[in-house]
Amino acid sequence: MNGMHQLNRNGVVIDDTFAEAFGMRATAIIITAPTLKWARQAAITMTGYATSVIGCGCEAAIDRDLPASKTPDGRPGCRVMIFAMGTDELQKQLKNRLGQCVLTSPGSACFADLEGTAPLDLGNALRYFGDGWQISKKFGGKHYWRVPVMDGEFLCEATTGLTKLAVGGGNLLLLAADNAKALRAAERAVAAIEKVPGAIMPFPGGVVRSGSKVGGKYKGMMASTNDAFAPTLRGVVNSALTPEVNAVLEIVIDGETDDAVTAAMRAGLKAVIELGPKRGAVRISAGNYGGKLGKFHYHLKDLLP
Amino acid sequence: MKALTFSLLAEPEERLDLSALTPAGLAGLTDVQIAKLRIGTTRDPALVGDIFKVTGKDFQSIIFEGGSARFDKVGTGLSGGAIRVTGNVGLEAGRKMSGGSLLIDGSAGDHAGSGMVDGRLEIKGNAGDYLGGPLAGEITGMEGGLLIVRGKAGNYAGERLRRGIIAILKGCGDYAGYRMIAGSIVVAGRVGAMPGYLMKRGSLFLDRRPENLAPTFVDCGETDIAFSGVFDRFLIQEKIMDKPLLGARPGKFGGDVAVSGKGEILFRRGR
Repeated sequence: MNGMHQLNRNGVVIDDTFAEAFGMRATAIIITAPTLKWARQAAITMTGYATSVIGCGCEAAIDRDLPASKTPDGRPGCRVMIFAMGTDELQKQLKNRLGQCVLTSPGSACFADLEGTAPLDLGNALRYFGDGWQISKKFGGKHYWRVPVMDGEFLCEATTGLTKLAVGGGNLLLLAADNAKALRAAERAVAAIEKVPGAIMPFPGGVVRSGSKVGGKYKGMMASTNDAFAPTLRGVVNSALTPEVNAVLEIVIDGETDDAVTAAMRAGLKAVIELGPKRGAVRISAGNYGGKLGKFHYHLKDLLP
Repeated sequence: MKALTFSLLAEPEERLDLSALTPAGLAGLTDVQIAKLRIGTTRDPALVGDIFKVTGKDFQSIIFEGGSARFDKVGTGLSGGAIRVTGNVGLEAGRKMSGGSLLIDGSAGDHAGSGMVDGRLEIKGNAGDYLGGPLAGEITGMEGGLLIVRGKAGNYAGERLRRGIIAILKGCGDYAGYRMIAGSIVVAGRVGAMPGYLMKRGSLFLDRRPENLAPTFVDCGETDIAFSGVFDRFLIQEKIMDKPLLGARPGKFGGDVAVSGKGEILFRRGR
């Protein structure tokens, strides 16, 4: 336990530590389709292979589903958030993913959903696909492109907003007696965090099993396995795990704002604590780099229910 | 502060050019200076004081109490603030507007909104011919903004429209959207002959199938597009319409293929 001071809630041990997170650039869009199934399909495809900026260029996921009454075109949809470390990379990822995954999805349309400090191209970047048949429409303070496609028309707002207030890397480490309990705790946390607006969990199902540390023994490795939390290495490395812990899963959270990450971590903590140690995690910790790299520190003790 | 109000004393005996009576045009003028402004168009022109009783101090909000078909160029060049006319107006109301709002409670003559660039012009009554259109020798008509006619419009509504939205809610005459370049024209009610004739781009949105189209428009069939829902919502939110104009799956004609053929007429099916 590294001599770390600990708290206890409902039998779950809470490390007196903090999650260290970073400032990021982010944007949000709404994808709609004739049915929620197809809106989600476009969104899931667009946010595939977007778990970590380390290897994917961006981090992205569905923020929330939207009923038809809450979307610009009166069809069901979902809000998608995309995060990157820089504006140029964010624009590149947005354009490519929109063009390859949303434009191509049956019945889809795409709208801006973030008022930011600067515009990012959406339809402005894709309109040329219309080969001269694209139609520009400006009304209600918005600019749309209508691009003819084989099932009708791809309607896409010209730009969306960029925020520089986004935060990436909020996290919770859920330590459990076995894999099943760790996964149950993680699923509870994901379900709770999904209800928090403006926060996403970009990893598969919102869960990471391969938490990482910075660097590694091999040249060129930006990240390598978090050996301190790998139960099979307990005893051979400087482990952070006690004997009763045999599985660790991590929830990584990106938020539109600092407040969104705070709310998401609070929701996740509450859900795992309520589940209790017998069915879920026996201990909750968080990942950091000693506080030297990230501007945002989320202390678990401040977020407890 | 009370709106600057021009109360009509009697029906003017000549056509009036009211283009100077805008917030920007009157800024910094005293009551006396305003009263001495020439607004008549004859060799012995009438002054503001001859035609109107002027009251109020808020130059950003101007009201013409009483109207006349001889009130020409009301709100010409309006760039900000608000003008309201409680009666009819004559020619070229709101011409070259670039901002602000002009509300006409009565009807307007020809060339209302001609060359508008931005702002909102609303005519509660009818409008004459060449709504938003260019004057002789001009290349383009309206270039932006929102122009609403709650009544009927005459012929050639939206001629050479380049940008912006014209909405006509009780039908219009012949040649709506004549030689359109781009932009949008909404017409609820009966549309006269040859809508969209020689349009290059742009959209005509109708609440019924057009009857007398040029043969150079082609039937594109039924469209299943998200745009109609978004546009219908906009019209309702702006209180231009109280029910959807196009509905789901509007019909479409493409044209005018006599020119580039990239314009469209979208219309509500089943009417």
